Order: sequence, then structure tokens, then C-alpha cells
Amino acid sequence: MTDLIQEIEQQEYIINMGPQHPSTHGVLRLVLSLKGEIVKNVEPHCGYIHRGIEKMCEKLTYQQIIHLTDRLDYLSAHINNAAVCLLVEKALGIEVPERVKYIRTIIDELTRIASHQLWWCSFGMDLGGLTCFFYGLRDREHILDIFEETTGGRLIQSYYTPGGLMKDIHPNFQKRVKDFIKYFRKILPEYDQLLTGNVIMQARSKGIGKLSLEDAISFGATGPSGRGSGFACDVRKLHPYHLYDKVNFKEILYQEGDTFARYKVRMDEMWESMSIIEQLIDNIPEGDFTAKMKPIIKLPEGEYYQRVEAARGEFGVYILSKGDKYPYRVKFRSPNFSNLSILNTIVPGQKIADLVAIGGSLDYVIPDIDR
Amino acid sequence: MDLNIYDFTSFTKWIDTSLHEMMSPFWVTACEMTIIGVAILAFYAVVGLYLVYAERKICGFMQNRVGPNRVGPFGFFQTIADLIKLLIKELVIIKNADKFLFNIAPFIIIITSFLAIAAIPFAKGLHAMDFNIGVLYVMAVSSMGVIGILLAGWSSNNKYSLIGAMRSGAQIVSYELSVGLSLITMVILAGSMQLSAIVDGQAHGWFIFKGHIPAFIAFIIFIIAGTAETNRGPFDLAEAESELTAGFHTEYSGIKFAFFFLAEYMNMFIIASIAATVFWGGWQPLWISGWDSFNHVMAWIPPFIWYISKTAVVIFIMMWFKWTFPRLRIDQLLTLEWKYLLPINLFNVLLMAFIVLKGWHF
Repeated sequence: MTDLIQEIEQQEYIINMGPQHPSTHGVLRLVLSLKGEIVKNVEPHCGYIHRGIEKMCEKLTYQQIIHLTDRLDYLSAHINNAAVCLLVEKALGIEVPERVKYIRTIIDELTRIASHQLWWCSFGMDLGGLTCFFYGLRDREHILDIFEETTGGRLIQSYYTPGGLMKDIHPNFQKRVKDFIKYFRKILPEYDQLLTGNVIMQARSKGIGKLSLEDAISFGATGPSGRGSGFACDVRKLHPYHLYDKVNFKEILYQEGDTFARYKVRMDEMWESMSIIEQLIDNIPEGDFTAKMKPIIKLPEGEYYQRVEAARGEFGVYILSKGDKYPYRVKFRSPNFSNLSILNTIVPGQKIADLVAIGGSLDYVIPDIDR
Repeated sequence: MDLNIYDFTSFTKWIDTSLHEMMSPFWVTACEMTIIGVAILAFYAVVGLYLVYAERKICGFMQNRVGPNRVGPFGFFQTIADLIKLLIKELVIIKNADKFLFNIAPFIIIITSFLAIAAIPFAKGLHAMDFNIGVLYVMAVSSMGVIGILLAGWSSNNKYSLIGAMRSGAQIVSYELSVGLSLITMVILAGSMQLSAIVDGQAHGWFIFKGHIPAFIAFIIFIIAGTAETNRGPFDLAEAESELTAGFHTEYSGIKFAFFFLAEYMNMFIIASIAATVFWGGWQPLWISGWDSFNHVMAWIPPFIWYISKTAVVIFIMMWFKWTFPRLRIDQLLTLEWKYLLPINLFNVLLMAFIVLKGWHF
């Protein structure tokens, strides 16, 4: 009888979280081994939305590749575009006009705010506070409207091209961005009132899912997930691109490494992004919106790598060129894939509800993981 | 016969005597039971449907939305349309489920919430059953709902459902204590367990004002524990759609799902009714000592309106909870009950007993 009891006690209760599950934010499948409510082991299974984007890129020209990078992390679409554009410009030695740099910086930061807004929505929803979802989406709508006016798209715009931009900004752009900043500076404290200061939210996130600095570095957790553990990994500071060496901004770092630290990093980054935009929006110089480019781009033979700071961490593009108009080999270093890999380090020992909160704070976008 | 909206006693008496003139006592009882059953069923359906509508509207306004606004004026018939949709939906049969338990679980839940309504005084004389142990009866009946939830989770043959049911079991059994003790605090003040006597005792000042601080603490604990007992708001761990998809009712479809849904809203209504009855004077109007003309105006408003509006306020507070707070974790939920609410409650009972003994209440 005691043997039987022991055997039953050792058995684990295995459940499949996903591929269809409300809190995996897409088609991620997590196989959980449970002991009561406590998670013993998490095994992420990716590949449910694998589209072979890297392979497809080998048969596309450099201008066409831009359109596929949108479909990786669709919430930071512009920043992904920028990575490919910067890589091509670096390889060809093209200097883009000053106006383009200004516009790219502003749009990248707007994308970051929009992405963090959506993260806030879904984080609130993961914790069970459904009202957050609508507040966040309401404000994200303002940014999407600005994008729609200028780029013609709302989610995946493919606005950047190698050498510059697809078209010039809309005449209303500056005014609307300034209006938005004014509006959002008033609204952001409301987010804190609703969620940040909440007792239940703090109890659910403080001390949960601790990621140590060593683990963050060895797993390559970048972006807010890494900076929550004190890992100074902001590509905008380390390898400035666009105008990031000219503007003043702080790299947000928190040392705790728990869910709440990752939350605070993102909340503070929204303030920083707004201040970056404010520094630039009035000074956009006149000029061309694109450098002179040949219709067919051929990169000289060699290997190229370009990294940018996407909303979720370091996004890198590696291209091996044999001198054709198509790349020979393309590899994307997606931030979410590395961030997902820390899951089994920080989750075991926590409860199912904590797993959901941790997943929300890592903010993974599944198409970016599977590519 | 005269239908007096301030006192239904003569009206119900008239029905009773006129039935007695027509038939034998056995058939009178049968007839009266049928009338009450049909009346309560109709009330139940209407309240259930319109609570769903109210929740959708209120949560809509809290979330910068309009809520349902297409079917009828202001979407007033939306829930009826939803009910028809649910009625004609297919009932999915689950493989390897325990068929008998799976089918009986929604009925257990809905019957228990239905039973509790019988004891609630809606207005003077409008009372299906006036037990002398009314408070005990309501608690006993409403705590039986957990059996339905446990059966639903167990028989669905779904791992998420089972976790949801186990959570719900732990939660409801724990919070039952707080609900009971906070009601006992008020029973000490009222000196009776009969709900009609409790209401009558509040003709000159509601208990929440009469009972000083202990009554107020008891009210707050009752609202928290009551919300937890209905599996709502920040305590909806049994459903927890971001963790367990839909918890114990994941596998239910069509009208069986609607039963769970309706029962949740009716449980909320019952908890709100009890809160209004025990703490806020039920159908008694607001009475302030010395303000005679004010008291006259208040007494002019019919008792049923008083009862419904008090219940509505409590329901609104519970909805407000739900749409503001994130969800608790299971260990935090149990910590809140066993380490905070229960000791406070036990002390509160003693305090109330002391105050009543000394005669310090108003």
C-alpha cells in the first residue's frame, strides 16, 4: 500500500498548454509537468507557425526581404525592417539623408511604444484584469492611426526601404505625433493607477520568476527581459544606429530580475521613448526621403550582420552574400527565441498562475520564435 | 381583495382563503406550491437574463465600450437572443466522460441557487418560505453548489477542468466559513435567524448603522467572501480563462453551459440579496431618527423598489471588483481567508457579542 502511495506521489500530472490556449499569445505549445498546482518542468514546443521565412529570403531580392521581416515580430515591424535596411546600406556604403534618420528614429520609437502598450494589455489580461486590455488598445489606436496616415498600413507597413523610406511623411505627421505625446503623457499614469499600484498585481509579480544576471547573459535574454535582471544590453546604447548617439535617453535597468522588474522596465521605456520622440519631432530637417539607389541591389560578396533593438530585445540579421541580387543565406536572430529558452530555468517550483504571469512578462510573439 | 404595494400580507391571505373555499387542503397546498414555483422560476429567468445584460453593459462602460446595442433598444433583448442561440446549440457529447455525473452537474448547481431564492424576503409578506432558521438554510443551500462544480470538473475527463474543480472546492469550502461567521455576527445583533425578523428589526435603522464597527467589518468581510463564493471577480480561479481556459465548464456546451452561466449570476444575486437583507435592512426604507418628513418620503417608496435597488448596489460593487482587479493566485486566496479574514471574523464575533451584551448598539 505504501508503495502504491509513493508511486502515485511520484507521478506527474502532464498537461498541454497550447497550441490553442488564451495565454500563450499564439500557437506556442508548453508541456507542463505538474505536482498539484506547482509546475515541475516546462517544455516549450515551437514550430506550429514555422513558415520558412529564412529559406524564402534566399529567393527574394533585398527589397522584397523587407516585407518578410514584418511577419516576424509583427508588433515591432518597423524595427525589423530597419535591421535589413541598415544592413544593406552598410554593405553598400550608402549614407542615408539626415531626414530619413530622423523619421526612422521617431517611427521606431512609436513602434516601441505601441508594442509595449499591447504588452501591457495582454499582461493585464494574463493576470485576469480584463479592463487593461481595452485601455491599452484604446491608446495604441492613436499610434496606428498615425502609421496608417503616413505608411498606409496599420500592423505590417514595410515602410522602410534600403536607402530611405517608401514615401515621405504625411503633412499631419508631426502635429499628430505631438498631440499623441501630449495625450499619452497624461494617460500613462492612469496605467499605473489601474495595474501597477494594485496590491494583487504586486503580490502576483514581485519575487516571481527570478532571472539572475548570469542566466540572463548565458541564455542571451535581451531587451526588457534582460534589462529587468540588470543586463545592460541595449543595442541603441552599445552600437548606436539611426540617431541614437545624438539623442538623450536612459537605459532602463532593474536589478531584481522578477516579473515586476520586467514590468517596470517596459513601463519606464515608454516614458523614455516619448522623450526621444520629443527631442526629434520638431527638428526633422528638409531633404530627400530616400538616397539614390540602383533598381537592382547586389551586395558585394561577404558576410554581414546588423543588430537593432527591437521592442523585445536584440534583433539581428545575418546575410551571406555571393554577389547575387539574392542573398545566399539569411539568418534572423530573434529576441523571443532566446527569451523563451529561459522559461524552464525560472518557472519550475512556481505555480501555474505564475507561469502565465511570467509568460506575460517575457512578452513573446510566436511568429518571431518560429520564423 | 386590495393589492397593497406596501404590504402583501392581505393579498397572499386572500389567495389562500379563496383557494380554500374552492378545494380540499391537499390541493390548496399543491396549487400554492405550483404558483410559487412558477412565479419564482419566472423571476429567476428574468433576473438571470438581465444580470447578464447589466454586467455586459457595466463592463462595457468601464472599458470604454458601448456593450451590446444591436438587438432592441440599447441591446435590451441581446441576452434573450443569446439564450435562444444557446438553446438550439448542439450538446457536445464527451468521449470517456462519466455521462451521468456530467449531465447532472449543471442541474445540481442551478437547483441549489434556485432553492436559496425561496428564503429571501422581497417585500413585506412577499416571501415564499419564512423559516425560523432562514440564515442557516440559505447558507446550507448555497454551499451545496460546490458539489455541482466538483462533479462537473471530475466527470469532464479534462485535466484543466479537474484543476479548476479542485481549486473551486478549496476556495468555496474556505470562504464558506467567513460568510457564515459574518452572518453570525449579525444574527447576534438581530437576536434571530429568521430573515423576516431580521428585516423587521431594522425598521428603525439598518443593522450596518446600528451595529457600530463590528457590523461594518462584517459587511466588508461578507462582500469579499461572498464574491469568492460565487467564483467571481478577483476570485475566479475555478474558471481563470488565462490559465485553465474555462476551468470546470470547459467541456460544457449549449444550454448546459448556460446553466453554469446563469447559476453564477443567480448566486451573485443571492449573495447581494442576503447582504441587502441582513446589513441594509432588506425592504425597509431608510430611517433617520428625528427626521420625520424625510422618513415619510422614504416610506412612500414601495418596499420592493427598496429591496431591488439595494441588491443592485451590492451587485454593482461586485461587478466593479471583477472589472478592476487582477486575479489572485490560489495560495494567496487561501492565505487571505485563513490568515486574515477568519481571525478578524472570530474577533469580530466576540466584539459584537460584547457590544450586544453591554447594550452599546443603537
